[in-house]
Amino acid sequence: MGELKLMKGNEAIAEAAMRCGCDGYFGYPITPQSEIMETLMLAKPWETTGMVVLQAESEVASINMLYGGASCGKKVMTSSSSPGISLMLEGISYLAGAELPCLIVNVVRGGPGLGTIQPSQADYFQTTKGGGHGDYQVIALAPASVQEMNDFVGLGFDLAFKYRIPSLILTDGVIGQMMEKVIVAESKPRWTDAEIKKISGTWATTGKTKDRERHVITSLNLESEKQEIHNHHLQAKYREIEVNEVRFEEFQTKDAEYLYVAYGSSARICQKSVQLARAKGIKVGLLRPITVWPYPTVRLSELANQVKGMLAVEMSAGQMVYDVRLAANGKIPVSHFGRYGGVIPSPDEVLVAMEKFIKEGK
Amino acid sequence: MTEEIIIAGFGGQGVLSMGKILAYSGVMQNQEVTWMPSYGPEMRGGTANVTVIVSDERISSPIVHQYDTAIILNQQSMDKFEKTVKTGGILLFDPNGITHPPKRTDIKIFAIDGVEEATRMGNPKTFNMIVLGAYLKIKPVVKTENVEKGLRKSLPERHHKLIPMNIDAIKLGMEKVKEFSL
Repeated sequence: MGELKLMKGNEAIAEAAMRCGCDGYFGYPITPQSEIMETLMLAKPWETTGMVVLQAESEVASINMLYGGASCGKKVMTSSSSPGISLMLEGISYLAGAELPCLIVNVVRGGPGLGTIQPSQADYFQTTKGGGHGDYQVIALAPASVQEMNDFVGLGFDLAFKYRIPSLILTDGVIGQMMEKVIVAESKPRWTDAEIKKISGTWATTGKTKDRERHVITSLNLESEKQEIHNHHLQAKYREIEVNEVRFEEFQTKDAEYLYVAYGSSARICQKSVQLARAKGIKVGLLRPITVWPYPTVRLSELANQVKGMLAVEMSAGQMVYDVRLAANGKIPVSHFGRYGGVIPSPDEVLVAMEKFIKEGK
Repeated sequence: MTEEIIIAGFGGQGVLSMGKILAYSGVMQNQEVTWMPSYGPEMRGGTANVTVIVSDERISSPIVHQYDTAIILNQQSMDKFEKTVKTGGILLFDPNGITHPPKRTDIKIFAIDGVEEATRMGNPKTFNMIVLGAYLKIKPVVKTENVEKGLRKSLPERHHKLIPMNIDAIKLGMEKVKEFSL
């Protein structure tokens, strides 16, 4: 078992990156996630593991550095917060198009625009419905604790390399700034050149040898028929991920008559609301999507046969609620409760929202 | 046991580190903890606050809007947090700089002259430890020995020589805290 530490979510991301053998971090500071690069800069992993940590001149530069590093089969990552991720979207679309594995962390803050530095979950559409241009997806993991911030770095890289796809950790200022107990993993060394050739040798630019063709990393294809074939390939991969990689957690759903659906910090708040509701004799449960793409549609659809209604709780004006409605497919009422612009709802007001939903049925 | 605490005061008073030491102490006695700071555009002299939860069970929400205990160290925080203490809960404050003392009758109110005692000790930086001591006297959620262990874990080694002074400050706080009567 690894060492027990008390850490901020942002610090846990940095620590996990160093311990999982990350080759490079490229980023640009922005609240509420600047501790990620700060922690890395203080730890100086370039002196121990050889990991590169670089403050780029902008988010646009960071994401394109990721493109370069990922092309070589290296484990590379960046992190930012909402406005910074918006700047990166072109690059994320290119990474998805060129099927490059990498890890992106978004510690979401309230928008739109420069908005506020306080926590928010209003980047759900941006994360799960494209964000950038073209038909693409990224695997999106939504941690609800500092332990999961730590765990999802390794998981994110594993999934990214398994499917040649960008992974994204979708979190917010609550989980990023909060300190909790974490059991950190044992340190793994970075991949050697030989290991990189073994893992990604069929596509990565590891240096051309006489026995193979050049590896060209590009998202450009001027022949539309070929580009359609490439899109078919991407879509087939996305369907495979939807079958294999859905992750979620249920809390008191067994006898639940009503259901909260919430991810990340909202799920923590809803968990408390479930306890408060149960103390009043209201049978409420919680489904927490851990992957927000792929989404736990199948399980929610099953639960729609059991419960009388679902309330999506998000720190947004209502984004994930659309996926809940698709899963429920008209079988039961689905509604939304949210505080946004950087305001965090309290467990009590979430319970009041549920009671209103139960009473009014909408 | 679950104790939900808000510590609120001026930036630079050691509000966040006091919460951190409390959280570390909880970890030292195998409890679950969360430490959630306000992270607005705070600066020295501005307001700062932190929510600390110490529990024997897995903690659900790290965000709560009502507290078992509020430790209040300036007037702005008094205005904001006096009303958030649960009925039967505890409010601990330092009267220094407080122009409108707490008025609630459904909670227990305690006072500690932290600023004054720290000045008397000859080290204003011990202020937050004096207040922590006062709190631990009222509600011994963590043992003093675990606070010492927590300090050892959270402070860089070069500051370990300051630990005895911090422990003295905690003990002083325990001694000097008094019930506040309206």
